[in-house]
Amino acid sequence: MTDFLQQVLNGLSLGSTYALLALGLAIVFSIMGLVNFAHGELITICGYIMFGLYGLGLPWELYALVGIAGTVGAALVMERLAFRPVRHASPLTMMLTSLGLSILLAAAFETFVSPRVKAVPGPDWISTSFRVAGLRIQAEHILTIVVTVVAVLLLLLLLKKTIIGIAMRAAAEDFNAVRLMGIRANAVISAAFAISGFLAGLAAVLLLSRRGAVNPHMGMFLGINAFVANVIGGLGNLWGALAGGFALGFVEVALRAWLPTSLSGFTTGFVFLLVGLLLIIRPGGLFGQKKAERV
Amino acid sequence: MTQHEMTAGREGSTLLEVRGIVTRYGLLEAVHGVSFSVAEGEIVALLGPNGAGKSSVLGSIMGLVKPAGGGVIFAGRDITGMETEAIVRLGLGLVPERRRLFTNLTVGENLRLGAAARKDRPQAEKDLADLLELFPILSTRVDQLAGFLSGGEAQQLAIARAIMGAPRLLLLDEPSLGLAPLLVEAVFAMIARLRDERGLTLLLVEQNAVQVLDIADRAYVIRNGSIQMEAEACELADEGGMLRAYLGLKEEANPVGGP
Repeated sequence: MTDFLQQVLNGLSLGSTYALLALGLAIVFSIMGLVNFAHGELITICGYIMFGLYGLGLPWELYALVGIAGTVGAALVMERLAFRPVRHASPLTMMLTSLGLSILLAAAFETFVSPRVKAVPGPDWISTSFRVAGLRIQAEHILTIVVTVVAVLLLLLLLKKTIIGIAMRAAAEDFNAVRLMGIRANAVISAAFAISGFLAGLAAVLLLSRRGAVNPHMGMFLGINAFVANVIGGLGNLWGALAGGFALGFVEVALRAWLPTSLSGFTTGFVFLLVGLLLIIRPGGLFGQKKAERV
Repeated sequence: MTQHEMTAGREGSTLLEVRGIVTRYGLLEAVHGVSFSVAEGEIVALLGPNGAGKSSVLGSIMGLVKPAGGGVIFAGRDITGMETEAIVRLGLGLVPERRRLFTNLTVGENLRLGAAARKDRPQAEKDLADLLELFPILSTRVDQLAGFLSGGEAQQLAIARAIMGAPRLLLLDEPSLGLAPLLVEAVFAMIARLRDERGLTLLLVEQNAVQVLDIADRAYVIRNGSIQMEAEACELADEGGMLRAYLGLKEEANPVGGP
């Protein structure tokens, strides 16, 4: 039982990171129909910003803040340079653009920084742990869960209460009708990318505090996971992305914990197998039904 | 018919001028050089059968479709080829075909978005209060999702949302579409009030010629992408036979009643 609860805690922690990533991807997708495969590279970018600052001897919390701010900036630059020129192109063109950008960024980090893993040590307190009823709770667990809950609440507040948030929800339904309200298309899309960058920055800081290292290719896999989380939840549905992220985290942790050692190398394969089975039962994902009704 | 007498003397300077606009969708040319104008304070109707190019003309004015030729002058300014949001900020509003409400947003949120581009917040608040008085149904549904409104309520919301943007000229694309006859009458009465009480200038696109001619000052008949005739609304309404011929209406289906 304790072991089970321990794994639930781990799943919650990993799932939070995936959920933050998946939410960012979903917001951009819902507004402009872009599946941004370069979304995971935002994590790598945040990692390298923190790595670059590491030598300065400043507190970790400061690196983290600069890293998040830099990731927001990177997301905005991505939109401006890579996605604005193809905004009116087909979804396939946009998707290939993002895939190309993802490969380009990974290659750039390999060439200009290093192909090898670089250390981005987390803060000392991150591995502090205490026991509650036999359960080992680590500071990273608490940090991850608190940050995710606060981020989701802030996002909800923004989407419900601010004009730009309401405009983003409206744009997910009918982009041109939003422009008919005199709201600038660029403002809505930039806001979406800024939010996706902010959430990716948070996810990056949480992830790096656990892993303590960055490498040029870590983003690619995380980007794919963010996409898979969206597929699980129903592409473009924010609640779906959140649920999908947590589901993915739990499944991954469960498979790692309980798969026989001889099969542990196939964890990812089993995850995709389960996603495939889910899609057979619910082709639109967990929350995809609603979208189909609306048509 | 008092409308015509009331407004006869208040036609102002030209607010909108459409000069030989051409609209193409790929190889298909939907509008071949349409020209017309709307004066300040007027209600002008653009009549024509389904597929005549009426909506394409409105789309071109609003920059939703980039015109392939010709130009649009609004309040003395060339707005041809400008971005839609910039055109809206200059004081043009569109109630689009099929309304295009944000059905997943509440009625109140729809109205808030309508005023999103405005700088004069206090006046916008006042307009909202005025509009809720003008459309009492909406005031009882502020917190409901717009997707749950009935056809008539949805049309009122679409018009109210556009007015929240404080336009000088409001374009309405088939405001009577899909509404029961009694509701059509109510919506047209509302439109006439907007001009009389708020000094709004209106350009209406309609298939429903009969009722729109009751409130319009002038009308243009558009067919196959070209203007076929222009007339004072009362003349057009009197010439029931001619109107039928131009619009290709069937007598039984759409009886044209004279004033």
